[in-house]
Amino acid sequence: MAHLTYEESKKNVVRGLLILGVVTLVEVLISLLGKGHIIKGAENYAIVLYTAGLVIAILSLYKAYFIIYEFMHMKYEVKTLAMSVLLPTALLIWAIIAFFQEGDSWKDRRDQIIEKNELPATEKAPTATPR
Amino acid sequence: MATIDTAPEKVHEIEPTAGDPWSGGKEPFRASYGKLMMWYFLLSDAFTFAGFLISYGALRFSSPTWPVPDFVFSTAPFGVHGAPLIFVTFMSFLLIVSSVTMVRAVQEGHRENQNGVVFWMVLTIIGGLGFLSCQAWEWTNLIATEHMTVTTNPFGTHVIGGEYLDNEAGEPYRAGEAREKFEVGDSYLIHKHFDEQTGHEEWIQRRFVAQDGSTGVQQFGPKAFGALFFFITGFHGFHVFSGVAFLTIIAINAASGLYAARRNGYEMVEKIGLYWHFVDLVWVFVFLVFYLL
Repeated sequence: MAHLTYEESKKNVVRGLLILGVVTLVEVLISLLGKGHIIKGAENYAIVLYTAGLVIAILSLYKAYFIIYEFMHMKYEVKTLAMSVLLPTALLIWAIIAFFQEGDSWKDRRDQIIEKNELPATEKAPTATPR
Repeated sequence: MATIDTAPEKVHEIEPTAGDPWSGGKEPFRASYGKLMMWYFLLSDAFTFAGFLISYGALRFSSPTWPVPDFVFSTAPFGVHGAPLIFVTFMSFLLIVSSVTMVRAVQEGHRENQNGVVFWMVLTIIGGLGFLSCQAWEWTNLIATEHMTVTTNPFGTHVIGGEYLDNEAGEPYRAGEAREKFEVGDSYLIHKHFDEQTGHEEWIQRRFVAQDGSTGVQQFGPKAFGALFFFITGFHGFHVFSGVAFLTIIAINAASGLYAARRNGYEMVEKIGLYWHFVDLVWVFVFLVFYLL
């Protein structure tokens, strides 16, 4: 902490505690709102659920940024160090898209199987003729 | 001859000297070896956790229903029920506070204030132990009271509205008794009861009649949920546990005056600080994925 005086950094710590605490509280409130605990019936609208999820995810990313840059002092490290640690995590963007897509596809396949199983057996499968 | 023999040996004398960081004369990234390697360890650990959390996401997407977190995690100690996410929010605050006290410990380390370092590290350790205790309670409640295991998930979801034919105890409603109704998407927990005849505990899967006239019994929830919950929060809890162990060792070292005598001072406190903040950082995402979404 060569860039800040002792008093300044002590003040920063209190600020960090407040920011993380308040953001966490806001996240919980938004989550409960999306699940219909604060306004009854809000959970029946998909848009409420998706918006709440998106906002919470963005707030969590902000918390992650704050912890890395303030608490872990990444902003006082040289930029190349920060990039060598942070840039590889960009791979996760691919992983999230690919695996969630895959999961969704598994569900579609399962639904398809259930649907086909419920169809009446109108056409009988050709019986195997003994050779 | 003697001079010729000794001359080449001089060339191989590239042993690091005390004044040469990393022995190349100049530190890469202007960071110490230990701190840089801690960063790269944390990066690899982040990928491990990301792998776990992404597999949770993929399985959740693949399942037609999923246990609702605000129903699953709605109990707290001292008999509190129906308080969604309150206990786990408290756990998050504990980790945030212990992260903040760790920042203070690192700051005192920069000032070479031995007592300050030890004081704030002890507070950090208490925060970590508090978090572990809360997690122990949460697990005990899920395993012993709610009977969730790695392979059994008693948290189910109704896929169609209707009304129950059995009461909470699993016995049929008597004629004229009001039947409990439920809507599509409602969550339920399948309880257990002690069967006197068989002599062991049995599941109570309540029968119901659906809106379309069909009848059914309460089904168990997606099986993967229990394993994902116990392995991911368990892996994070293990990180907290090892963090507490290392914090304790380093606090004792600091108290003994070991770091006051070292050339790099309290850098060890900084390194365990990085690790401890990372544990908090991972909790941000475990909290997001398991409890908030």
